[in-house]
Amino acid sequence: MNDRTGLELLAPAPRAEKPDAPAKTRVSIGYIGQSVPRAGARRLLQGRGSYTDDLKLPRLAHVVFFRSPYAHARIRKLDLTIAARQPGVLAAFDGRAIAEYCTPWVAVLAHLKGIKSPPQHAVAIERACWQGEAVAAIVAESRAQGEDALAHVEAEWEELPVVTDMDDALSNRSVIHPELGDNICFKRDFVTEGFEDAFAKADVVVEETYGFGRHTGVTLEGRAIVADYNAGEHSLTVYQATQAPHMMQDIFSRHLNIPEANVRVICKDVGGSYGIKVHVYPDEMATAAISVMLRRPVKFIADRLESFLTDIHAREHKVKVRLACMTDGRIIGFDLDDLTSIGPYSVYPRTSGIEGNQVVNLTGGPYAHKNYRAKLNVVFTNKNVTCQYRAVGHPIAVAITEAIVDLAAQKLGIDPAEFRRRNLIPDDAYPYTFPSGLKFEQLSHHQCLDKLLELMDYKGLRAEQKRLREKKVYRGIGLAAMIEVTNPSPAFYGVGGARISAQDGATVRLEPTGMVTCLVSVTEQGQGTEAIFQQICATAVGVSIDKVRVITGDTGTTPYGGGTWASRGAGIGGEALLQAGKALRANILELAAAVLNVDKNALDVSADAVRDKATGEAKLPLAEVGRIGYFRPDTLPLKFQAELTVTRHYTPREYGFTFTNGIQASYVELDPDTGFVKLLRHWCVEDCGTVINPMLVDEQIRGGVVQGLGGAMLEECLYSDEGQLLNGSLADYLVPMSGDTPDIVVAHISTPTRQSELGAKGVGEAGTAGAPGAVMNAINDALVPFGKRVTVQPFTPERILKALGKI
Amino acid sequence: MDEFFDATITVNGKPVMRRVEPRQHLIDFLREELGLTGSHCGCEHGACGACTVRVDGEIRRGCLMLAVQAHGRSVDTVEGLTDNGELSALQQAFHERNALQCGFCTPGMLLTAQELVATCPDATREEIREFMSGNLCRCTGYQAIVDAIEEVIATQRKGASG
Repeated sequence: MNDRTGLELLAPAPRAEKPDAPAKTRVSIGYIGQSVPRAGARRLLQGRGSYTDDLKLPRLAHVVFFRSPYAHARIRKLDLTIAARQPGVLAAFDGRAIAEYCTPWVAVLAHLKGIKSPPQHAVAIERACWQGEAVAAIVAESRAQGEDALAHVEAEWEELPVVTDMDDALSNRSVIHPELGDNICFKRDFVTEGFEDAFAKADVVVEETYGFGRHTGVTLEGRAIVADYNAGEHSLTVYQATQAPHMMQDIFSRHLNIPEANVRVICKDVGGSYGIKVHVYPDEMATAAISVMLRRPVKFIADRLESFLTDIHAREHKVKVRLACMTDGRIIGFDLDDLTSIGPYSVYPRTSGIEGNQVVNLTGGPYAHKNYRAKLNVVFTNKNVTCQYRAVGHPIAVAITEAIVDLAAQKLGIDPAEFRRRNLIPDDAYPYTFPSGLKFEQLSHHQCLDKLLELMDYKGLRAEQKRLREKKVYRGIGLAAMIEVTNPSPAFYGVGGARISAQDGATVRLEPTGMVTCLVSVTEQGQGTEAIFQQICATAVGVSIDKVRVITGDTGTTPYGGGTWASRGAGIGGEALLQAGKALRANILELAAAVLNVDKNALDVSADAVRDKATGEAKLPLAEVGRIGYFRPDTLPLKFQAELTVTRHYTPREYGFTFTNGIQASYVELDPDTGFVKLLRHWCVEDCGTVINPMLVDEQIRGGVVQGLGGAMLEECLYSDEGQLLNGSLADYLVPMSGDTPDIVVAHISTPTRQSELGAKGVGEAGTAGAPGAVMNAINDALVPFGKRVTVQPFTPERILKALGKI
Repeated sequence: MDEFFDATITVNGKPVMRRVEPRQHLIDFLREELGLTGSHCGCEHGACGACTVRVDGEIRRGCLMLAVQAHGRSVDTVEGLTDNGELSALQQAFHERNALQCGFCTPGMLLTAQELVATCPDATREEIREFMSGNLCRCTGYQAIVDAIEEVIATQRKGASG
């Protein structure tokens, strides 16, 4: 993405928002909407975070895995005796030994009709189905000793036919799991009434096929787990870098046969997750099983090479799309045929059918058409498994929708922004039911489009683009409108039988000193969950923000809940906390009214004290409320019981998902001689409802955009025909670095959801959802003078030069 | 691996003596032997910069250097440079602008940024992006990091001219 040209004609981008209420500022109420810096960031800045790998326990053992060198092979012989005798080695286990302690799983969901997958073991037995699948575990006193011993594992393999290509998989030439009958994990066909007629009557039908490479999350911290089994109480404490501690508690309990109440999952600081750390990984399950087997704590940290081989991949799709429209530019229908490959197993417990299903649900989503047909095939291959990674299906659905929309606009000679204006669902058309069945509460496509065009000076950029083309400088402008699934109800997983909670809970406690502690089931992964919970709690109770402490990520202490995924933490956990905080405030007022012998309606809580509502005069500091409530209840009326701890829960149920919307734009310069594309600038206008902390929201959008740009420009897990990963290191797999990345301008429209009092919708995935589509359209716009298009991501210089016919 | 080497390394200003395996990397030595867990292992092949520490005043990748190579030398980590206040301007700017999310890259980012601030007091925004391109951040999108460093450089320049 590096290239020669600068930004000579672009004015400097406005700097990212700076907080208007720095940490030292004491603001009494109303933190919601303010850019308060995260209190929890300070220890991370000082190197005093506490990530799972930082943890050392007495008698800690380390497990390493012997992994299949083949994509598909039968294990003829696996002899661990010499490995087990190496210095420092404590034990060596094959799949059968682990299976005695850990039952296999099958990742299917009832609402994905017909989805199938074979049982998967923590450590493979008899057969490995992808390169990197663990087939033996070596436990040693140190990681280095374990790795030394791996060289002494004696294995003999019988290579089996390998399926790596999606079309090859779909043809069932070679069936990976013969007991399933074919290579199809899941398929879906969908068509609206009148679809054929609509396409037959259309003035124009455009068609194109798009390809998306596999990529992966590349969390900077590898997957990390320390499992500590205590035989004395048949209990298991697991320290794990995870997004969903309660889900993992349930899974460890059921598969290791330990009562759920005896399993505690603790999530310390997490070094990035993005969806990678919300799944069940066989090697992590094996680590927990080994802790039980050896009755001592065991640590497993995936190193970078293991991460590339075994962290879920995502996004391998080939999609044919057709769009039907009339000469006046009215879109009347979309037709979709998506083929996606997921590796040899559907990933537990969320399944690997969701991404394709989302593509079916979301394609064409921003537009007011009525006719839709979709076909989806999700197939098994002998490559690493794929599953839900940030924005799940959205980057595909947005990119194919927006690319075909641009192609139609081009065919009709209509400006792409104007073409969108004619087709985006009107802002006054809600509630609205989309042809795929999704229901939208309230979206703001037109407000977002208007704001974006103004923000980027669309007309000015078009004029500049035209001027520069005369000088043989090829710039392109790309737009991508989007809708996004956030705040999911139980319709996402619960209805399918998965024990994944769509509700979250918050407990708020007034401490004797007047401090407030809140415990919330949503987890902190760096996105600032704990910071916004401080803001919400301080606002709800009426205390200054420095009085609030937040605890998350511990099934032993927090209420039960779903955790962090599908852009749900602020909208669901935040609402639970708001309600808990308000209830605590009411209870504080009850107590204060009893102490002061006044009507509670004449009192309020603000700035750390109970005050006279009319005059604002401080009547009782909260420290005094705490002192009386906990130490001198004898001074209260006989029948009065202080309740200074309150718990509330929240589940969105009115809509299956609380949809958000937004639009992105990309401005690029393409060098036709080298094929390099320089990303000059990127814009995102997003509507996530109530913005709790603009600074955190904007930076999260930017990070999401950059992950989307990575997938569009650089990132791809390349496999050979034999199923060997060819670029499984950070030297070979490219991710965006600061020099590759443009300045990103972020702005908001705010349409709070009416389903909750807080009104917050999700935002964490929006950037990733829309960026690949915007940049694809920008590159194809830059290619217009050459009459060429590119349709396969990532858009490497090689692919661009091939499109230009230069190589 | 029965050969060991007695190494004396000045870590954050204090000499430490340890018997180390010749194959042990500096980052593992700091994390495992000394409990200095502020520096992180992101890739162990020199690509991500999460293990960046300072050796004899210059930034180095802790995963590309052996502990024995630091024998007789001086190593500074984020813990020491926090305590002596050297990183405080950058830390404050990073905090105020939320130039971090998960924090895993942050200690390495800060050490690299501090070298830039100290050696290139006139760095432009483009030069900041270029200099920081050896440190991977997967969360932020880099813009707040670049903004924070730019601000520290501007403040430093103002101080020098005023």
